[in-house]
Amino acid sequence: MLKTDNTSRNLCIAFVLLLLVGLILPNWLAFLTTIALAKAMVVVGLVMLMRAGLVSFGQGLYYCLGGYTVGIAGQHLGITDAVGILFVSAFIAGCLAALLGLLLCRYREIFFAMLTLAFSMILYGVLVKTSELGSTDGFNVAKVTLLGWQPSPGQLSLVVYSLACLVAFLTAFFMHRYYQSGMGFAGEAVRENEIRVEYLGVSPQRVVFIKYVLAAMLAAVGGSITAMIAGHVDPEMAYWTTSGEFVFVALLGGTGHVVAAFIGAFLFEVIRTIAFDLAPYTWQMILGTTLLLVIFFLPKGLWSLLKAKKVGGNNV
Amino acid sequence: MDTLLVILIDGIVYSSWLFIVAAGLTLVYGVMKILNMAHGSLYAIGAYSAASMVGWYFTNGYVPWASYLVFLAAAILAGAFAGLLIERGLLRVMYGRDEVVMILVTYGVLLILEDVIKLLWGVEAYFAYQPYSLVGRTKLLGITFANYDFVLIAAAVVIGAMLWAGLNRTIQGKLLRAVIHDRDISMAMGINVKRTFFVTFVLGSALGALAGGLTAPALSVVPGIGIEVGILAFAVVVIGGLGSVGGAAVGALMVGIARAIAVHTYPQVELFVIYGVMAMVLVVRPQGLFVSTVARKI
Amino acid sequence: MSQDSQPRKNSRFHLTVFALIAMLTAVLSVGTPAPAQAEDGTFKLGLVTFLSGGAAGPFGVPARNAAELVIEAINKGTLPAPYNSIGIAGQAIEPIIIDEAGGGTKQVGEYRNLIQRKNVDAVIGYISSGDCMAIAPVVEELETLTVFFDCGTPRIFEDNKYKYLFRTGPTSTMDNVAAARYVLDINPDLKSVSGINQNYSFGKDSWADFKGSIQTLKPSVEFKTEQFPKIYAGQYGAEVSSLMLEKAEVIHSSFWGGDMEGLVLQGAARGLFDDFTGVFTCGETGMFRLADQIAEGTILGARGPFGVYAPKSPLNDWLRKNFMARYGTPPTYPAYKMAQALMGLKAAADKAAATAGKKPTQDEIIAAFTGLEFEGPGGTVKMALGNGHQAVQDMYYGQYSNKNGKPTMTNVKRYPADCVNPPDGVTSTEWIKNGLKQASCK
Repeated sequence: MLKTDNTSRNLCIAFVLLLLVGLILPNWLAFLTTIALAKAMVVVGLVMLMRAGLVSFGQGLYYCLGGYTVGIAGQHLGITDAVGILFVSAFIAGCLAALLGLLLCRYREIFFAMLTLAFSMILYGVLVKTSELGSTDGFNVAKVTLLGWQPSPGQLSLVVYSLACLVAFLTAFFMHRYYQSGMGFAGEAVRENEIRVEYLGVSPQRVVFIKYVLAAMLAAVGGSITAMIAGHVDPEMAYWTTSGEFVFVALLGGTGHVVAAFIGAFLFEVIRTIAFDLAPYTWQMILGTTLLLVIFFLPKGLWSLLKAKKVGGNNV
Repeated sequence: MDTLLVILIDGIVYSSWLFIVAAGLTLVYGVMKILNMAHGSLYAIGAYSAASMVGWYFTNGYVPWASYLVFLAAAILAGAFAGLLIERGLLRVMYGRDEVVMILVTYGVLLILEDVIKLLWGVEAYFAYQPYSLVGRTKLLGITFANYDFVLIAAAVVIGAMLWAGLNRTIQGKLLRAVIHDRDISMAMGINVKRTFFVTFVLGSALGALAGGLTAPALSVVPGIGIEVGILAFAVVVIGGLGSVGGAAVGALMVGIARAIAVHTYPQVELFVIYGVMAMVLVVRPQGLFVSTVARKI
Repeated sequence: MSQDSQPRKNSRFHLTVFALIAMLTAVLSVGTPAPAQAEDGTFKLGLVTFLSGGAAGPFGVPARNAAELVIEAINKGTLPAPYNSIGIAGQAIEPIIIDEAGGGTKQVGEYRNLIQRKNVDAVIGYISSGDCMAIAPVVEELETLTVFFDCGTPRIFEDNKYKYLFRTGPTSTMDNVAAARYVLDINPDLKSVSGINQNYSFGKDSWADFKGSIQTLKPSVEFKTEQFPKIYAGQYGAEVSSLMLEKAEVIHSSFWGGDMEGLVLQGAARGLFDDFTGVFTCGETGMFRLADQIAEGTILGARGPFGVYAPKSPLNDWLRKNFMARYGTPPTYPAYKMAQALMGLKAAADKAAATAGKKPTQDEIIAAFTGLEFEGPGGTVKMALGNGHQAVQDMYYGQYSNKNGKPTMTNVKRYPADCVNPPDGVTSTEWIKNGLKQASCK
């Protein structure tokens, strides 16, 4: 099982490259990349669900939860260790997801989407109501430390960037293996035909449950990284537009490969930044048009381009 | 007791509005299986068209009573035209895609329409309040109500009745129901499904715009008014059961009355009402209230 | 769904790779600063306001319009004295405009882009308090002069100290303390109050400040219903019924923009504000557009001495005349606040230039800005709070009247800055709770 394939090797190379590039990246680009990596974490989880035929319109719930975990831990509990918080927020999100997952694993299609949406909007409502956490204004997050070391504000973004790279690499690496495991394939089987999955002695409910919890943990880690780099959290992170953005990115990248989510997330951030730059009045139109073009010409996302090349190359 | 009656009236007024907004959405979903995220933008287009029409009408000083016909017609026409463009220009080439992909397609349309509206009408607020105060007010239970709100109830009833009659009492409606029931068999039986889709989408868009037109007099028509409305209509439709017109009516009533109760007794929870009701209904009836559970395919 | 996309051509792949590279170069090249820029005498200024969404119409676009107008005048040197010199310390302003939409995280990213990629010399912007909260720590990290022009939360300078950050607009505390004082001044026998505010930070804070001030000033006042509809809700039928049933003499609302106008319309249709006095702390923006819908005697605020409340001065006359001529509407308070921020920046830079005798450094401008007292279109602005970084101004309230077909404000009362703002070092919440001490209201 543990023999390395091309993807695993390429991932390792990409990881090292990203780390090295981080040293020379201008600060704003490092910020953009970190945000993209953080969002990609959420999208990886979403893609995992999508491969099982389920679309969550409420990943913002866990994204926000992760962000607020960082904020509350640093601001109110005095816990600032970056790595520790990542584990804590993944754990908290996992617990909540396990609870909601018991209910959600019975739902499919649009109902799964709408119920996840409802849950994330309820968290949004709770946060808006909570004046102690700054209501819609949110609050600022204390600067994180790394194993007892307090980086200076200038170093902080490089530290979070490197952490994001590491987490993204580990996620991509293991997710790639996961997709090739029995459990990974079970997802696609659930999408194609649940009853046949049952006949094979696998519980689709259980498959969905596990995927949902995993996706939630990934989303929380993404939210935590966003909070660390942006230095601020607000309930907007749980709003349906945020969750919608993740689905947007998932489709942009495609569900064909774990790396697609990262490419999609990075491109999304770049496109949006360019749109803000070039057309401050009509950037929404640019985003909308991009989305439609991708759906029309690349139904399987940007990844289908890369794949087309590979197969095409073999033919020649 | 009085408060109870006021709650009921407020609830029904709000429900009527919700129903008008949600009717087009549920119709489109029922027939085409497209959950139209851009429904709110069509609502906004209707509101803007109505508001500019009212502004033009009253500055020219025509007979005030006839303004209702003019601005509602403007809203319906604008909505139908927008629907036509979207269907012919975009959806037609996307049919057959996954349901979720279609949601994303309409999300793209929403983003584009938001900016198109801004380009067409600017960001300044439009007002159309003349028709709102024209019908006067009524004193009831010690407080004053605007008669226009009762007009809204009547409009909801008329729209609901027309949809019901259209679907159940006309040949076209029966064909439509056949398509709702089973698209493939209908196609095999010779129903022109593509045309049905076209008609439904234009009708649904016109309904969405009509909702905006009817609401415009009570609003300041500004950018972004459609976005929140769109997601609200979503919730109503999901509660009632996607694709069911009767379900949308019941969903609207539940949300409307729950909201009125919250506002009058415990305003703090108003924010949760809609999603709370939606979560509760879905927990009990995963398919929404008015849709029977579908058999699982092997 | 199941069939694979057909692998077609090799060129498709190359095309994408090419497109990706082109795209990235585009981003990079747009931002690469030409090295000559620092020397050629332009002052690059980032401007951030809402250009889309619900806050664009009432706030973002009037502010952008004012910015356009004032920047043009500054570059030509046609503003009235004391701003009749050309440019910011002699440098022409080159504005870069950005939409504030997208939330705190997105705005932090855009702010970094402005500073690090576009190399702006200063940033003026931010309407949403949430965005201001998110940006504030980044300002200190990136060490670039930044001026908040509109956002209202007092938390920013009360929670922290800043070197590079200034706010030339007063806080929302001032609006609501003054509103409470005004309500009691015109009706000393006030018995009951209700409130309807949007369910988000600004609405909740506004109501808390107003309620707290009333409780401090006249503890016998009874509080009836407290409505908190969702922001952008649009439909307030049930809320209006509830307000009518509760029969409080005064109804406080910090609604703004479309929501405020919607509430005015829906209240007008049912006579709500004929029977009970409405207090709209942000009501001024709708005053002319809804002239025949606002009830007589309704109390309107403009979040400072802006719009109709701006005292007569050459600067005010200039802004009104030129804004009206170019955009066809009188300038509302967001326009005043933007003009005020630009004038504050110019005042500080010009002062620093005069002291230094050459083009001032950023630190010199900041030193000049701290504690500065300058004239704006709304009168004198004192950078008095937050160690000289937060402005205070006089506050005005009045009652709306449209008796002779011309919308005007009657019974206008002025509240001096010291009367409606806490002393430096005291937070607004404490100040209100402990009895509005040290307020000098004469």
